[in-house]
Amino acid sequence: MIEFLAGDEALAQGAYEAGLQFAASYPGTPATEVLEYLAKLPDVDAQWSVNEKVAFEVALASAIAGKRSLYSSKHVGLNVAMDPLMTSAYTGVNAGFIVVISDDPGIHSSQNEQDTRIFSRVAKIPMLEPSSPLECYQYAPAAFKISEDFDTPVMIRLTTRVAHTKENIAVSGKRKAAQKEFRIDVPKYVMVPRNAYKKHIILEKKLARLRKYSNKTPLNSIELNKRSIGFITSGVSYLYVKETYPDASVLKLGMPYPFPDEKIREFASKVKKVFVIEELEPFLEEELQRLGVRAKAKSSSFRIGELRPESIPAIVAGKKKVEEEPTSRKPVLCPGCPHRGVFSVLRSLKLTVAGDIGCYTLGALPPLGALHSCLCMGTGVTFFDGFSRALGNNVVGVIGDSTFVHSGITGLVNAAYNRTKGVIIILDNSTTAMTGSQPHPATGLTARGEQTKKLVLEDLCRACGADFVDVIDPFKTAELKALVKQRLDGKALSVIIARYPCRLIDRTRAAAPKIDASKCKKCYQCLAVNCPAISRTEDGFIAIDAQTCTGCNVCVNACSFGALIKHQIRSQEP
Amino acid sequence: MKRPVPRILTTSILFCGTGGQGVLSAAEVLGWAAIYDGYHVKKSEVHGMAQRGGSVESHVRFGPRVFSPLIPAGRADYLVSFLKEEGLRMKPMLRKGGVDLTAELEQGSSHCDDKRYFNSYLLGVLSRRLSIRIESWFSAIDHVFGKKNPQANRNAFLRGRGEMK
Repeated sequence: MIEFLAGDEALAQGAYEAGLQFAASYPGTPATEVLEYLAKLPDVDAQWSVNEKVAFEVALASAIAGKRSLYSSKHVGLNVAMDPLMTSAYTGVNAGFIVVISDDPGIHSSQNEQDTRIFSRVAKIPMLEPSSPLECYQYAPAAFKISEDFDTPVMIRLTTRVAHTKENIAVSGKRKAAQKEFRIDVPKYVMVPRNAYKKHIILEKKLARLRKYSNKTPLNSIELNKRSIGFITSGVSYLYVKETYPDASVLKLGMPYPFPDEKIREFASKVKKVFVIEELEPFLEEELQRLGVRAKAKSSSFRIGELRPESIPAIVAGKKKVEEEPTSRKPVLCPGCPHRGVFSVLRSLKLTVAGDIGCYTLGALPPLGALHSCLCMGTGVTFFDGFSRALGNNVVGVIGDSTFVHSGITGLVNAAYNRTKGVIIILDNSTTAMTGSQPHPATGLTARGEQTKKLVLEDLCRACGADFVDVIDPFKTAELKALVKQRLDGKALSVIIARYPCRLIDRTRAAAPKIDASKCKKCYQCLAVNCPAISRTEDGFIAIDAQTCTGCNVCVNACSFGALIKHQIRSQEP
Repeated sequence: MKRPVPRILTTSILFCGTGGQGVLSAAEVLGWAAIYDGYHVKKSEVHGMAQRGGSVESHVRFGPRVFSPLIPAGRADYLVSFLKEEGLRMKPMLRKGGVDLTAELEQGSSHCDDKRYFNSYLLGVLSRRLSIRIESWFSAIDHVFGKKNPQANRNAFLRGRGEMK
């Protein structure tokens, strides 16, 4: 059967055919589609977990209990799961366990561009690196086999151009049964000091065996062509090399860790000049230095950003990367987005706003400019805490509903416990919007879209120690403004839940506002809400594109002169 | 390991525009049409924050064997733009002698009253220049758009192809 699959999907299909029984993840670009795909397949228990640490632990335990299991996340998601990752190399797995991580070189949709290959070395966990969706499909069963043969988690590292490239693949569709027996084994699974010490000895021996395996596996393959130039490369960089130098010799590392020392030496002895081609960090380059193999590598300027096929000749020529100002259109909150009302209020109150990760981070962009920090998941709450201790009352934190459940709860408990006062706003659009509308505990739906126990955010926030919990419609900007002002009196810790479903879920429309040009003072407060539907005309007045406008009236409320008039014909009060 | 196929046999099409215009589904249709015609196909694009009203591009490449999922700069054979400004911005991606279909935008707007079928219209324009059989195009349109007005999409496609008024 021919399928047109993205790398994420092909990997999921390969894992499924290899007998995968359990999968857990938290959404994150470019890894989201792994679990989305699995959640549609029969006979796989696939879940969106509360966060990556939880996902990793549940999936690892499932593998230890005897079922082939998978964890997937983006690179920064693995940071959240580092604690269980590090010790999972000690306990081992029993049934196969694969850890799928997708990196985002070029930072298309992330907060940094860390290179997960380094983590495999740090965590002492073998790593495979497919270069295409077809290889994703093929490497998943190979990873399960290595995982069970060596009793270790196996990482599969993707990047955006592997995860989000589609390719036609002939899939078998047949599924293998794979089940191991669980046995109580205290020295193996109880990591107290004496047991862990012994497991560390075993782990080092295991790594030596894995190094031998890495030298002989066909995952690391030499393609001998012209001997004048030889490339050592992995992942999508391999395809850029093949595109640019189809006649060159190549050592393709499908299993870059543990590094295949002998195969590297063999290849280096067969070609005149060795080049290392890799995206981001000098991972392979440093391993070659360790071996004392002479090789040319990219200028350090190429450690920043994505490689592209045309980068390869530049790297070979020893050139530096030329940084160019991006000319692409900036993303913007959708027309009718419920976050816009909140940011227009925060902007008018001139508050310092601790932000977080989600669509709403776009509130930072001018002309809204109403979000002033974003570091990692949960910092909408913890940065609010730290900021308000230093800066006083004029600080609020904003965090999405899914993000709050992921990493905000502990911050709120901390703020209440340490007597922090002020306002945290949960931007509750009832979904995980930016990654494509995945459910989470507060939506009351599972990854398969089935009803489940619904987490009630109001109750949770009260239990965490919030003095006041208010729920408000973010489109009622006047009421929201009054409420924020009232709660900013420095006497209490308040949570305001600004609740309205994401525009991508609720597509209800109302008519666009009317414009009374005679009242317009050209102050452009309406433009400051940064809506794609409203623009300035050549004569300096305002125009609203009726096709794009959803009739949310945030611009109407931003106008102090009555020049924008709410339309009377309404399909539904937004 | 198969012998590498000369690069010239790969056809590269760059789709560009902004979120919500149908750029990605147009690229998906081309991908499937090329698959139905027996080619090896790769299609590459970016999801996530970039999709919130920002620039959207999709690289589609097909041939006997495709290596890079990204079209190398200056090597696109066709540029299919859904937005004039984006077409201008992406023009350096075209090879010498490559075909820029941005000019078809205005033509398309007059031929296509319903914006929903605009991507099918542009695919029709593109189809005149690609060696993919019409049956493969139709199968791809049906596959991607499913039961959502298959006839309207086919008609828009045929108008773009110049085989229907």
